[in-house]
Amino acid sequence: MSTRYVKIFTAFERFWHWTQMSLIMVLIFTGFGIHGFYHVMDFGTQVTTHVVAAIGLIVLWVFAIFWHLTTGTWRHYVPTTNGLLKVTRFYAWGIFKGEHHPYRKAYWRKHNPLQALSYLGLKLVLFPVIWISGMLYLLYGFWGAGDYAGQSLQLVALTHTAIAYAMVVFVIAHVYLLTTGDSFIEHVKPMITGYDEVELTPAEEAYLQEDDPHRIKKE
Amino acid sequence: MGRSVGNTHNLTSMGWKLFLATLLALLSFTRFIYAAEVAPLSSGSGVEPADAPVSVGIDEYSNIGNKGPWDKPVTSLDGSRASKSTTDHATLEELQGPFYSGPEVTKACLGCHNKAGEQFIKNKHWTWKYTHPVTGQKLGKGVLINNFCTNAKGNEGMCAQCHAGYNMKDSNFDFSNQENIDCLVCHEATGNYYKTPTTTGNKACSVMFEGKPPIDWTKSAQSVGLSARSNCGACHFYGGGGDNVKHGDLSSALFHPTKAVDVHMDEAGPNFSCVICHVGQGHEWSGSRYQMLAKDEVGLARKPGMPRETASCESCHGDQPHPATLTGFKLDDHTDRVACETCHIPRFAKGGVATETDWDWRTAGRLKDGEGYKLKEYTQGDGQHRATYKSIKGTFKYDENMEPIYRWFDGVMHYTTIDTRFDPDEAVDINWFNGSPADPDSRIWPFKRMHTVQPYDKGNNTLVYMHLWGDDDAAFWGNYDFGKAIKVGMEKSDIPYSGEFGFIDTYSYWPINHMVAPKEDALACQECHAKEGRLKELPGFYMPGRDSNRWLDLIGIFAVLATLLGVLGHGALRLILARRRG
Repeated sequence: MSTRYVKIFTAFERFWHWTQMSLIMVLIFTGFGIHGFYHVMDFGTQVTTHVVAAIGLIVLWVFAIFWHLTTGTWRHYVPTTNGLLKVTRFYAWGIFKGEHHPYRKAYWRKHNPLQALSYLGLKLVLFPVIWISGMLYLLYGFWGAGDYAGQSLQLVALTHTAIAYAMVVFVIAHVYLLTTGDSFIEHVKPMITGYDEVELTPAEEAYLQEDDPHRIKKE
Repeated sequence: MGRSVGNTHNLTSMGWKLFLATLLALLSFTRFIYAAEVAPLSSGSGVEPADAPVSVGIDEYSNIGNKGPWDKPVTSLDGSRASKSTTDHATLEELQGPFYSGPEVTKACLGCHNKAGEQFIKNKHWTWKYTHPVTGQKLGKGVLINNFCTNAKGNEGMCAQCHAGYNMKDSNFDFSNQENIDCLVCHEATGNYYKTPTTTGNKACSVMFEGKPPIDWTKSAQSVGLSARSNCGACHFYGGGGDNVKHGDLSSALFHPTKAVDVHMDEAGPNFSCVICHVGQGHEWSGSRYQMLAKDEVGLARKPGMPRETASCESCHGDQPHPATLTGFKLDDHTDRVACETCHIPRFAKGGVATETDWDWRTAGRLKDGEGYKLKEYTQGDGQHRATYKSIKGTFKYDENMEPIYRWFDGVMHYTTIDTRFDPDEAVDINWFNGSPADPDSRIWPFKRMHTVQPYDKGNNTLVYMHLWGDDDAAFWGNYDFGKAIKVGMEKSDIPYSGEFGFIDTYSYWPINHMVAPKEDALACQECHAKEGRLKELPGFYMPGRDSNRWLDLIGIFAVLATLLGVLGHGALRLILARRRG
């Protein structure tokens, strides 16, 4: 066993993450502005910005989904109960006692079970629902048959709003969990440089050195 | 202008004209005027401006029409301002006259335009009758009651000034006699033509006939052409008893409007005449508030000059008029449920001319020294003083640059007519309409709402016809007795009257279509998409920016706060325990 800096976030993944993060921030900001919580921009600018950001995010998602499927990265998100309890127990208990995180990151499995489950939920529930409700909201004129008295528009709008709150909750929790490592910076760094400390079995190390040498950071 | 009431003690210091005018007033009314009673307005000098806030007598409609230069609007959209008329009427042998009366001119007109008479006697401007194609209600100026001067019926001697005919003195007018058609009022262009009441009315009204130069019938006849705004506006800008009183979006400001007042009629720009939009043939024009096209899907975006039957915005601009941008697409997405006017006429009664918003008939009949009078205590944008009280009509309120009210509207106007019985405990809607977010054929429209307190038949719970105009002792204008005026007004039209009148609150709704703003002045999104926006009081549908679900927001905010507190607590606990461990 040796600990090496291995590239676990490829350039596209990092681009995807940070672009998505920026767009989601813009969407949350303009979205709650449209909702009427504040009046920093005029309504029209907010709507246009929101729509432009949403279209940008959709395009990004199309590429990201393609990337997940073609590179096999989707496997990182397959849920597992293996170690789930341990991780949960760590955040609820062990972390206060100064225990070490029970999960050991592998280069082929970069998320801990709780993390993977959260991201899977985000990708399979929150994203699609806000994506579809947003499209329905934006295109109401095309499918609403001119009926504004019915509940459909309100249902779409309220669903969209509900998921928006859930997104804010996710962002808060996500950012907080960055502080649970050695340091905030250390925890963010891999998503910037791409490299993270990973324990490699001799076989893994040999494989990477032989087959994928650029993934191991030169000491 | 009403004549001034001077301070008799200071007569010598007044101009001799004012003296003569005062003397004339004294003589014609054979009543003595104690100027001291109205002194507060003449503050010392005793000389009052021409627009003295208080004036006696009745001068309704003595000052209507375009007093300035006649406008020369564009009457066809061929891009050229030059007249394309094939006839110079001034040189026609038939129009050399001399003419000494209106009917003589009409005869000459119909001599060549031998189908025009037949056409015109079917027109509302002549018949004052309209049968609503949807509701079947019998409407038209000839029978309707409004909440301004209330009724033309029975008061034709006065109101027929705005009948496009000659000699309509009462309800027994001969609607088949084409020689009484008034061609000139719509077609002449000298600007010196005018109409006076067809009967003289009470002696207090004599001022309406004074000081008018004789009409040069021959010159007027030779000047004819397609109608200018000044022709249509002479009546339509003065509905309800004065400049912009009734509609709010039709005023003398449209004789020579700037771009800010109306983007289409802008004299320095497109300079549209009324008939560019109110297209028609054979003396019938499109566009009527009785039966409006709340949503035009008939005549979308026809090219200029192509036939179209509607006076809608869409008949030229289509229903996707905005630029092909993201914002434009979203705006186009509104046109199915929001009338163009709603965003593009953000304010009406522009250009310095106010509109009446409130009329209280209860105060009518107050006299100063036995004389009817007027108070002009509202000064509108263009500096003119507007009457806030008239003995003949009551008390008025005005407003200008007004925000409309907004309602779902399906285009079909229903009216409270003389035979409609209502519940006197509630305000009466003079006109009303349907429309809802559930009805795809109705859209959100802007309206001017007029509030009035007016007489009604307390026994029968109906509106009343008042006898306002006449030289008898019952006409309200001059005698100021509601009881007599209503009794005679109802009798003249054979309408049952209980003999007892009261006053009731009424509302009328005037769709706003004119005074279209330049596009940069169109309503911004947040004017409606806001909690306190213009559509605040329009329920029944979900509107982004205005509506939200209280519970969802509470739960959502709670969830966010709980998460924040949770992570803060979690973090704090980590820190404290880490410190304890050392």
